[in-house]
Amino acid sequence: MRGRCWKFGDNISTDHIIAGRFLSTSEPGALAAHCMEDARPEFHKEVSPGDIVVAGDNFGCGSSREHAPIAMKGCKIGAVIASSFARIFFRNSINIGLPIIESVEAAREIEEGDDVEIDMNKSRILNHTSGKTYSFEPFPQEIRDIIAAGGLMKYVKKKMGK
Amino acid sequence: MVMTLAEKIIAAHTDQAEVQAGQFVYAGVDFCLGNDITAPIAIKEFEDAGIERVFDRKRIALVPDHFTPNKDIASAEQVKMLRRFAERHRIEYFFEIGRMGIEHALLPEMGLVLPGDLVIGADSHTCTYGALGAFAVGVGSTDLAACFATGKVWLRVPETIRFMFDGKLPRWSSGKDIILHVIGDIGVDGALYKVMEFTGPTISSLPMDDRFAICNMAIEAGAKTGIIKTDDVTEDYVRGRAKRGYRPCHVNGSPDNIETRSYNASKISPQVAMPSLPSNVCPAEELSHIKIDQVVIGSCTNGRISDMRIAAQILQGRKVHPSVRLLIFPATQETYLQAVREGLMDVFIGAGAAVSTPTCGPCLGGHSGVLAEGERCLSTTNRNFPGRMGHPKSEVYLSSPAVAAASAVTGRITHPEELI
Repeated sequence: MRGRCWKFGDNISTDHIIAGRFLSTSEPGALAAHCMEDARPEFHKEVSPGDIVVAGDNFGCGSSREHAPIAMKGCKIGAVIASSFARIFFRNSINIGLPIIESVEAAREIEEGDDVEIDMNKSRILNHTSGKTYSFEPFPQEIRDIIAAGGLMKYVKKKMGK
Repeated sequence: MVMTLAEKIIAAHTDQAEVQAGQFVYAGVDFCLGNDITAPIAIKEFEDAGIERVFDRKRIALVPDHFTPNKDIASAEQVKMLRRFAERHRIEYFFEIGRMGIEHALLPEMGLVLPGDLVIGADSHTCTYGALGAFAVGVGSTDLAACFATGKVWLRVPETIRFMFDGKLPRWSSGKDIILHVIGDIGVDGALYKVMEFTGPTISSLPMDDRFAICNMAIEAGAKTGIIKTDDVTEDYVRGRAKRGYRPCHVNGSPDNIETRSYNASKISPQVAMPSLPSNVCPAEELSHIKIDQVVIGSCTNGRISDMRIAAQILQGRKVHPSVRLLIFPATQETYLQAVREGLMDVFIGAGAAVSTPTCGPCLGGHSGVLAEGERCLSTTNRNFPGRMGHPKSEVYLSSPAVAAASAVTGRITHPEELI
């Protein structure tokens, strides 16, 4: 996947990603219309399919609301690269198939607007703007199994023999 | 191998004798829960997957507590989904308005989450139940759907950091001040993916309400959960409430390679977290110049009976400042009724406060206390991110109920000793 980067700072909370006042629906399109509204009001209007969100530490902290990764999927975000993820956001993204990558170096060095390509199979990030490449740790096998099945519910169904 | 308390509880919920930090497991779940914001997604995922039966209709709670009493039509539809799912699967614990409470106050009070349990909840503050000596983690809606189907959850066994407290808390300090102080010390990702185990003589001497407040905010330091070992105080609380058998987990000794941080509780004065992170903490008396528009006392952190009592103690014979709105939310119907019986409602209403039925509403800027642009709220809730309680340009300060009540009287952030 390849896209333009949107850069955010540390501790972007799920309140930034989708504020509490919008949680009376879980429909991806409706949530996408308010994605990142309190952090960057223009984001949801200007983001293009495949764009990449780059952030610092503890991305997705706060509430367990799955509406946050759903809103980002609704915006057709290609992936999120962060120095670290808050744990519930991390597992929600795995469970619903929003690609996330932990890379301190890439998160620090990639800049707003950079043209970045991610190869999940080779665990590699290529920044076409700066010419730099970064490798990242692949997930443990158990998590790769969930992703390969197409998310947690599909994985569970397969396990249950349905 | 010596296991931590968290490892020992997790191991007891797998087919393995021992587990250790870093290991990936599928663990059996004693109890799971969702609310009117998170459960609708879980129900849809469960139904879309074509699964016909829930794993155990007596081990699921559905608590419509966030946008209730239904704040608008869309919210009413979400609650209706929970009600219908509960009917279809004969879910034992669906809590209707009027018989409900805020989930993390309600389920311990009802004896549905118990010592030694492994609990998952589609709500980040599920970590509250760690106060009972349970391993309780907040998860997302899809995790809850998978648990409805299988009774299991995937977990990476977390490392533990031990937080050791010695000394007697000052008069106006509480569990809330302990946890705010710790988050201020280690930061909002200071315990990322880890378990915060709270221990030491100070913790042993604390009543359950303070312990719940401490574990409730472990998530605010990025932790997987908080935990306090089961002791006589826990057993006294659980006795007479437990709806089923349970097995408290006790550890003999502890691994010696655990990170331990020690604190002198006698030095922890009433704390306030300033906007816009729960770690942005300083002593209340340093903020006495900060004027406030609204005060909220309640939530899964501080809506329990002891919180109501201390607020009433401070408000007794006093009035809410003319430029302040004081909103009080007892966390459960039982707490509400108890507060009525003890005469606390006379104090609250006499002081000029508004008292509401249990709801999470104002804490997440949902309803019943939403802030306008530029307004400032002092709240006993747990988060103060930008826009958390309303307009993106409103501000939230976090404190204990004692500081909140004193501040409601003066109209600015106030250490209770200034009044009493």
